[in-house]
Amino acid sequence: MATLMNRLTRSMTPSTSSPRPSVFIGKLVAFLVMLGISFLFLVPLFWMISTSLKDPQDLVGVRWIPTRIAWENYQSAFSFGMWGRWAFNSFVITLTSVIGMVISTSLVAYSFARLRWPGRDMLFSIVLTTMMLPEVVTLIPQFIIFSRMPAFGFQGSQNWVNTFLPLVVPPILAGSAFNIFLLRQFMRGIPNELSEAAKIDGASEIRIWWDIVLPLSKPALATIAIFTFQGAWQDFMKPLLYLQSESMYTLQIGLRQFEAAAGGAPAWNWLMAASLVVMLPVLFIFLVFQQYFIEGISITGMGGR
Amino acid sequence: MEGTAQPKSAVGLGRAQRGKGGVQLKNREAITGWLFASPWVIGFLLFTVGPMLFSLYVSFTEYNIIRTPEWIGLRNYENIFFRDRFFWKSLENTFWLVGVKVPIVMVVAISIALLLNTKIPGERAFRTIIYLPNVLSGVAAIFLWQWILAPDGLLNNALRSVGIRGPAWFADPNWTKPGLVVMGMWWIGGNVLIYLASLKGIPASLYEAAEIDGASAWAKVRYITLPLLSPTIFFEIVTTIIGTFQIFTTVYIIASSRGADVGLGGPGQSLLFYVLYLYNRAFGKVGEARGLQMGYASALAWILFIVILAITLLQLWLSKRWVYYETGDE
Repeated sequence: MATLMNRLTRSMTPSTSSPRPSVFIGKLVAFLVMLGISFLFLVPLFWMISTSLKDPQDLVGVRWIPTRIAWENYQSAFSFGMWGRWAFNSFVITLTSVIGMVISTSLVAYSFARLRWPGRDMLFSIVLTTMMLPEVVTLIPQFIIFSRMPAFGFQGSQNWVNTFLPLVVPPILAGSAFNIFLLRQFMRGIPNELSEAAKIDGASEIRIWWDIVLPLSKPALATIAIFTFQGAWQDFMKPLLYLQSESMYTLQIGLRQFEAAAGGAPAWNWLMAASLVVMLPVLFIFLVFQQYFIEGISITGMGGR
Repeated sequence: MEGTAQPKSAVGLGRAQRGKGGVQLKNREAITGWLFASPWVIGFLLFTVGPMLFSLYVSFTEYNIIRTPEWIGLRNYENIFFRDRFFWKSLENTFWLVGVKVPIVMVVAISIALLLNTKIPGERAFRTIIYLPNVLSGVAAIFLWQWILAPDGLLNNALRSVGIRGPAWFADPNWTKPGLVVMGMWWIGGNVLIYLASLKGIPASLYEAAEIDGASAWAKVRYITLPLLSPTIFFEIVTTIIGTFQIFTTVYIIASSRGADVGLGGPGQSLLFYVLYLYNRAFGKVGEARGLQMGYASALAWILFIVILAITLLQLWLSKRWVYYETGDE
């Protein structure tokens, strides 16, 4: 506690010339309130972990630490359903989306940020307008179109329904307006001298894009990759709509299937065990690449004027 | 600060450089430009413009995918407005959630951002914890909250310990939507970070000047922070409203839990939100009526689009009265 007080006192001294007790108390209150809020934010996660390790009799009332750590809940939860298959599907869809999104967004953003061509500014304002477009307006017609689009037996289907294509192709091609905007803003900040010098040496635009601009855009590309990963991993509506046979499900659909199969009363300890595992990949990415999440959000906030 | 200053200078730079190089070089750059942008252009035409036009046409037809669309003029729209109690119910539910959740999210997120912006120790750790739930979303997180908000769940047990008898939340038609608001608070971190980034852009010199003039803490918030934060508040309100209008996954899961018929929209239709209703018309079922009513559902989609557009334009117009933009000539 003493060190904490020290840090509190020190942290406020540079801002004002003479430390006033009222400032100090204000900071202390802010700190304590944030401590309480953080605690509240962590409780659900702790509760989830705790529930997943409980025996059924511990599920009644509030017991924070299980009387016996029931690791076998995890085994039981994953003994139903095609979890391995669903995990594989989720990874394929997510990784394809991420790679496709990063490549296409970087091309498009490069064009909007660093090339001059007729119609550019008009097209860019259309990109921004599509951010306001509700997704459901295109939901039905896209389904109709994809149900007519031939797949030539890809993934055992005659049309795009019940394949991964509707989940992967639109984001790769159209990208997301938000990502294009974010990367364009970032690329505009890269000094022109570098690409001008390369141009004089006879480098093509593709080379400049690949060798100069992309390496310098890594932080923004990481942000886009991370948010695309999260979005694709957690997507529910489109897989629900397009993936119809059980072997094509993603983890999100599989998890819901798992709950629905339990009928009237889901076994909460098993359900929490399965849910926790489904959450893990995104949680892992967040803990490793935290700074890109936070920066990404901050850049967006700047962008929203 | 940097974010607002940058685009201006970049535009100026672009203009200054124009005129360099020959016509041929300019043409080549134009072709390259279009080529680089072509993934988006193709995707936009194929997956946005095309589908939207098709959807508009289908909304004037009766269409079940299998047979060819049959032109029926405005009848879908007439039926929706005058003969569809589900439509009005779903609109009522959706407006309830927008009206209650959006202001609460705004006030709570700004308050937490202000607390985080007081240069307290551990700011980074707090920021991480507050944002953490945003990566824990999806179906798994919805199950977690169903468990916490169960009639004998964690929250009600906590309430009981302070002498409050908690409601049955998602099992009680009157409490399903408040339940959504409560669980929504867990995902407020994204909003907090956006407000925080904006707060950090406010120059310290303004506060120092106000302090010299002897301004109180509240006066500083009211006359410096809020006006300079208002563009962000405006952006946040617009995007949160658009997002809330389209709530789907959460209510789909909750309304269909325990083997319930998702077409009925949960207890007493209290979770029949607009997009859920639209989805059921198109791909599920509504009461006795079978789904695959693509024409009807497309009309619903266009009505939602126009409602959202109208609300956004209204806000844009209202924003002139309360959003403060720095003009630069101070």
